[in-house]
Amino acid sequence: MDAMLHITTLHYLVLGAALFLLGVIGVLTRRNVVIVLMSIELILNAVNLNLVAFSRYWQGMPGHFGGPGALHGQVFAIFVITDAAAEAAVGLGILIAFFRNKETVNVDEVNLLKW
Amino acid sequence: MFLDHIWLIPLLPAVGAALMFFFGRRLQKSTVSAVCVGSVVLAFLMACGAVLQYTNWAAENNNKPYEKILYTWLGTDTGHLNYQKSDGSAASFQADAGFLLDPLSSIWLLFVTGVGMLIHIYSTGYMAHEGGYYRFFGYLNLFMFSMLTLILANNYVLMFVGWEGVGLCSYLLIGFYFHRKSASDAANKAFIVNRIGDAGFILGMFFVAWLCGSLRFIDVTGFARDHAATLMGNPIVTAATLLLFVGACGKSAQLPLYVWLPDAMEGPTPVSALIHAATMVTAGVYMVARSNALFVLAPTSMLVVAIVGALTAIFAASIGLVQNDIKRVLAYSTVSQLGYMFLALGVGAFSAGVFHVFTHAFFKALLFLGAGSVIHAMSGEQDMRNMGALSEKIPVTFRTMLVATLAIAGIPILAGFFSKDEILWQAWRFSPYLWAIGFATALMTAFYMFRLMYLTFWSPSRVTSHEIEHHIHESPKSMTVPLVVLAFFSITAGWLGWPASLGGSNHFEKFLEPVFANAAEKEVPPASESGPGLTEYLLMGLSVAAAGVGWLMASRAYGNAGKGYTEPIAAAAPPVYDTLLNKYYVDEGYDYVFTGRRKLGEVRLGVMGLGEASSWFDSHVIDGAVNAAGWITRSTATFSSWWDKWIIDGIGVNGPAILARMLSYPARLLEWGLVQWYALVMVVGLVYFVCLPLGYSRQFWIAVAGLLLLTGAYFVAKYLRRRFAT
Repeated sequence: MDAMLHITTLHYLVLGAALFLLGVIGVLTRRNVVIVLMSIELILNAVNLNLVAFSRYWQGMPGHFGGPGALHGQVFAIFVITDAAAEAAVGLGILIAFFRNKETVNVDEVNLLKW
Repeated sequence: MFLDHIWLIPLLPAVGAALMFFFGRRLQKSTVSAVCVGSVVLAFLMACGAVLQYTNWAAENNNKPYEKILYTWLGTDTGHLNYQKSDGSAASFQADAGFLLDPLSSIWLLFVTGVGMLIHIYSTGYMAHEGGYYRFFGYLNLFMFSMLTLILANNYVLMFVGWEGVGLCSYLLIGFYFHRKSASDAANKAFIVNRIGDAGFILGMFFVAWLCGSLRFIDVTGFARDHAATLMGNPIVTAATLLLFVGACGKSAQLPLYVWLPDAMEGPTPVSALIHAATMVTAGVYMVARSNALFVLAPTSMLVVAIVGALTAIFAASIGLVQNDIKRVLAYSTVSQLGYMFLALGVGAFSAGVFHVFTHAFFKALLFLGAGSVIHAMSGEQDMRNMGALSEKIPVTFRTMLVATLAIAGIPILAGFFSKDEILWQAWRFSPYLWAIGFATALMTAFYMFRLMYLTFWSPSRVTSHEIEHHIHESPKSMTVPLVVLAFFSITAGWLGWPASLGGSNHFEKFLEPVFANAAEKEVPPASESGPGLTEYLLMGLSVAAAGVGWLMASRAYGNAGKGYTEPIAAAAPPVYDTLLNKYYVDEGYDYVFTGRRKLGEVRLGVMGLGEASSWFDSHVIDGAVNAAGWITRSTATFSSWWDKWIIDGIGVNGPAILARMLSYPARLLEWGLVQWYALVMVVGLVYFVCLPLGYSRQFWIAVAGLLLLTGAYFVAKYLRRRFAT
């Protein structure tokens, strides 16, 4: 079938960008702190997607940065996943502390620095 | 034998004084007389023996002075007495209790003991009816002891002991009638004025010790004569001699320290005769003569001595012209004659000055004792205005006093002529001006002495009351015999110094030659060395003429002075008369300047006033300045604290804080407390920096901007709803 789409690196990048955008909007817009944290995870996963896509791209390219050993992106993605996990733990810790003080998970209520 | 026991001479009167001190009250008057008069008679006899022996001894021993040291008084070997002389060499201080007999002290010894003996005898008659007889003789003996210590001392320190002792006895004897305020005041005055001179004496002694390394007369004289060439005109020598002269001024009543002597007439007349005519007041002359080796090295000091002596002579003589108290006239006469003596010393005629001391002792003592006899006859009257025509009634007194007056006026052959004439001759050779002052003084002397004679003896009687007039009688033998003896010496004593110009051999001067033999003899050499000239005879004639003219003027003015006579000076120039009568207001002047008793309104005058002014200055101006400094410090501190509080803290420290706060007002408006707004701002920045180098197309940017703007609007709506919700 000719109408079959070749999935190229570009598609991955666009997907990654879209997910990133959704994540950013979620962080900026949602009221619930848990949803904000989930949006941050979404951002990080979008980044991971980006990294892996580029890693695959360079594996197919010859030259100094290319070749079958060009796994840099994938390795960095492992780091990012680890970092996301830690960050989620810390974020939830902050959320718990925040809830203990204010009895709410509404991010609008975080306004003690208001003048 | 007498020389070895020379220390007995002062000791005998000292024993008499001690006996009076311990036992005097219980003794009979006759015992007192015997003890005290006897001690002085013995002292006189011993003195004669000692002097005779000395002349023999000196002939064998090259005319050296005879020195006998009893023991070392000050300066035993304690090791603390070493000091540096003015030229840097080492010296050690020592003062002995030692006695020195040389021609100078021999002369003094003889006339002090001789005249003292006669006055002691006289006092037995004069004080016979007075209270405190033993006290009087005790003091007189103490005085003789002090005076003899002064004369016989071999160093300045022991001489100063005697010096102070005679000052003390002067005080005791002037204030003998201490119940009278005038007498005790006069005693105080004498002692205090003397003390001023003593301060000068002590300072002079310090200079001498610093210069010569010793205070022994033999050492000082030797030092001065050995170093005469280098020391001539040395300022230390000048200072020393001037200060010593200040001491002499105090003791011998020269200007300006003479004021005590007239007031000293408050004491009994024998005291005036002994102390204030014959002996104590000559101590200053003795001291200067003793220091002649130093004085010839300081021509400036000699000039000062001569000028002060001359001025004193004429000053005192002028006051004596108009005094009405018989003793005052004689007191001023004493001051005047002492001026002559210092004039002689100052022009370098040391032996002439000493000669005048010698003759003056006799006729002045005679004058005072005679005045005492007159007062005794007049039952205590001393004012000459109330006397007169006494020559017939008290003949012995009259004749002896006449002899003394002729002597003092300088009538030839009598004692005063030779000594006074010698002085005037030497003064002429030094400076005619000094001679002129001396000559004028001689004229005045003759005038006032003959005035005294006329008013007392020759003029018609002005006696005020009949009881006194009937009571006038000659004095007892105890009083008249000394008068006769003194009259004899007033005539003959001058013959010892019969000058070569009139054919004599001046024994007196020759006797004194070893004492005054100074190598640097720049001063006038003794007259016997140069031949007599016409000038000398001319001056001699002038002196005699002056005496005669004075006598003549006195006889014209007072010869017939009946009751209510007028003084010629008062008739001619009343202001001059008043000034002279009031003694040139010197006492009042001293009162204003020194005693601090006078006030001008509230301000004290004189040197005490300066003290008060200084005190006021110190407490107001100086302390005021101190207080002002303190006030300035406090004010500065206050200002400094204000500055720190308001300016530094206010503007410096708080200022930025206030500024920050003010600036924060607009900045605060951006803080809404919305976390997601901050995240939006972050995202905006991020997008800008990431996408900027990439140069995306315009549509892309419009889409991104739109997206962000929507989100922003969403937040703004949220905020506004929150802010202005009910």
